[in-house]
Amino acid sequence: MADVTMRLWRGDQDGGELVDYTIEAQEGEVVLDVIHRLQATQIPDLACRWNCKAGKCGSCSAEINGMPRLMCMTRMDQLPEGPITVTPMRTFPIIRDLVTDVSFNFEQAKRVPAFNPGTVPADGFRMQQADVERGQEFRKCIECFMCQNVCHVIRDHEENKPKYAGPRFFIRYAELEMHPMDTNDRRELVREKMGLGLCNITKCCTEVCPEHIKITDNAIIPLKERVVDAHYDPVAWLGRKISGRKKRTADEAAAHRP
Amino acid sequence: MATPEHHSYDVIIIGAGGAGLRAAIEAKERGLKVALVCKSLLGKAHTVMAEGGVAAAMGNVYEEDNWKVHFRDTMRGGKMLNNWRMAQLHAQESPDRVLELEAWGALFDRTKDGKILQRDFGGHRYARLAHVGDRTGLELIRTLQQKAVSMDIDVFMECKILRLLRDDNGRIAGAVGYWRPTGEFITFAAKAVILASGGVGKSWKYTSNSWEGTGDGHAMALWAGAELIDMECIQFHPTGMVWPLSVRGILVTEGVRGDGGVLRNSEGKRFMFDYVADMFRAETAESEEEADKWYDDHTAGRRPPELLPRDEVARSINSEVKAGRGSPHGGVFLDIATRRSAEFIRRRLPSMYHQFMELAGVDITTTPMEVGPTCHYIMGGVRVDADTAATGIPGLFAAGEVAGGMHGSNRLGGNSLSDLIVFGRRAGMGAADFIEGASGEPTFSQAEVDAVIAEALEPFSRESGENPYDIQHDLQEMMQANVGIIRTGSELDEALEQLEVLKERAGRVAVKGGRVYNPAWNLSTDLPAMLTVSTCVALGATSRKESRGGHTRDDFPKADPEFGKVNMVLSQPGATGVLGPVKVDPQPIPVMPDELKALFEEAK
Repeated sequence: MADVTMRLWRGDQDGGELVDYTIEAQEGEVVLDVIHRLQATQIPDLACRWNCKAGKCGSCSAEINGMPRLMCMTRMDQLPEGPITVTPMRTFPIIRDLVTDVSFNFEQAKRVPAFNPGTVPADGFRMQQADVERGQEFRKCIECFMCQNVCHVIRDHEENKPKYAGPRFFIRYAELEMHPMDTNDRRELVREKMGLGLCNITKCCTEVCPEHIKITDNAIIPLKERVVDAHYDPVAWLGRKISGRKKRTADEAAAHRP
Repeated sequence: MATPEHHSYDVIIIGAGGAGLRAAIEAKERGLKVALVCKSLLGKAHTVMAEGGVAAAMGNVYEEDNWKVHFRDTMRGGKMLNNWRMAQLHAQESPDRVLELEAWGALFDRTKDGKILQRDFGGHRYARLAHVGDRTGLELIRTLQQKAVSMDIDVFMECKILRLLRDDNGRIAGAVGYWRPTGEFITFAAKAVILASGGVGKSWKYTSNSWEGTGDGHAMALWAGAELIDMECIQFHPTGMVWPLSVRGILVTEGVRGDGGVLRNSEGKRFMFDYVADMFRAETAESEEEADKWYDDHTAGRRPPELLPRDEVARSINSEVKAGRGSPHGGVFLDIATRRSAEFIRRRLPSMYHQFMELAGVDITTTPMEVGPTCHYIMGGVRVDADTAATGIPGLFAAGEVAGGMHGSNRLGGNSLSDLIVFGRRAGMGAADFIEGASGEPTFSQAEVDAVIAEALEPFSRESGENPYDIQHDLQEMMQANVGIIRTGSELDEALEQLEVLKERAGRVAVKGGRVYNPAWNLSTDLPAMLTVSTCVALGATSRKESRGGHTRDDFPKADPEFGKVNMVLSQPGATGVLGPVKVDPQPIPVMPDELKALFEEAK
């Protein structure tokens, strides 16, 4: 088969540049295969993160011809002719070459008040399939962090990072909110400290999700509605008082970190 | 040499898949200071690849199910080479461990009355696998990860451990490794170490394993003086993708067959009916008609032969391909398209639909998949005490794939995820009990640390030498050819000779560039473990002159009752280090008590 040109970003925190490498194309390959062959034959120290090579672990996120993609799920024969540009995710600090420091996400994960079902029956919960499916959609997330990468609230605004959880964690909050057995109330927390209001639903996150999770429609918008209800709606507040629904407040929920 | 970054913990856990995470949670709950150390980012471990489910006799779908049936299935699947006590604990405790996951936030698929739904899998008499579509491993790892994070457990991500450290009395004292993102070295002092480092599959050419499956834990345990057992018992999963070549080996879940998929050869024949071993004949359907009734009602017909244990199915596929009845790319056909509706397939097997559509351009709702065996799992591993997960080295514990014994010579599908949570927890308990009962703080020698670091840095000191990728490639080709699914004495001898050549080459590796996230250097530090473990597999395979489970000898095609009574025990006398000689010694397997033996008599 013919040769293919890979235009790869090489460098570190101090800067870098795009470098062209040429290698013979092979049938049926994905971008990650070509990266691996380049490592084995031409650039042994080319840094790239990967694990499962089957679209299940979310390690090999990069920007391919400017679009956030998993390198392991992007077939070479579906990219346009000409050099293929591969650059690291832009929202996160560079470690080296295609590898970025994604610790922002692991820090955000620590801020999520855990699932709290209260008392658990000895023989497990009774939950209907329809009720768990809402949460299951969000639990498909493979933590590739491409939704975080593409979100304009933090992509070019470093200053927003401390006050913005980002789409990956909005679906986590939504999942917990919609869990039939959870007793924590994280709505004020999401509004006050996680920056839900900064999202203006441009749906970039939904577009890049490799698991096709409807992040904006099914998680962020319902979460915004719930937060607004909790914060501004006196009728809903009174309803909760009367029904005695035991959701804990944001501060209580945030404090629930063992 | 500058003293590297140093940390002190009660227990460090090497590996953050299901077993490591579960062990960390247990140890933390016992009030210990815990570090979880993993080669990749948290949540990316190989557990994430598990698809079909977690086996637990909860009886939610078939009330008749109980731990005794699960125990019996597991032992028979392992061709009775299993450590009976591990199989018993596993069968008894897995239902509680699954319920615990649910209490921590896991969302399993449900039955109509709202309980956890269970699905059929090979070798399990009843529908027993709790699952979430075909992404159960992701659910398990994410649940445990979120639990561990909520407990403030310290996680050292992208940190590779090179060697375990012991004190002068042979007790475990810590470990030394390096950070992949910086290349800086790090030492841990610890009163106990739990190995939860997973498997070894990356030494084969066609494997479902990621780059991490290099047998680090197996090798480090051996180097430190622990014993390994039955390393020849490797599971080749019957259904890996075979085309395109670049994805060859990627797993196709057994759930496809559990949900009605069947295997066909190039003539369109369901060939598995021709390969039913005597051991399974009484419970396996004789005709397609009988088999097809079983899916809806397990009392209306016997099990389809496609759901025999994995070793049986993998060997059958191999035979069909050898007989010239394979698919165009050297596999066979896995057909669910003609048997279930497109809607059913997309709902039950979303990842498989996705995987074939995106990687192979194949729509599995209309077209059969091409599949063939892929190196998937090692049943052998570090010899442990069943109840405590303790190895022979004081303070060293092992759980999950790195531990041996639980699965005998062949693992049933779904028994891996349950193994992780049952024995991960037990390893955490074992380590905590050990620490409570031990006195003093073990110390390691700084000179030993310096020697390990110097050795790790050697590849940078060579102007020219071997490319680590070439050695890895040649090892994979060699192991695939000589220590693959069907083995024979002469090829195993060849493998042992070739391994010595590869070890010699590995001593001449040269690496360019810096230490910051340098994959060539990282690979050069994985090679010693890969070569050690491959040697153990080949040695065990040479010594076990019979065919049993995941170990098939062309020159000894039958199971030999005498070999069925022994574990192949591997050790390194004098703990001579990375490339030192390994010795193999058959030793009797633990004898099952009479009341458990009776379960097999009843079933006859």
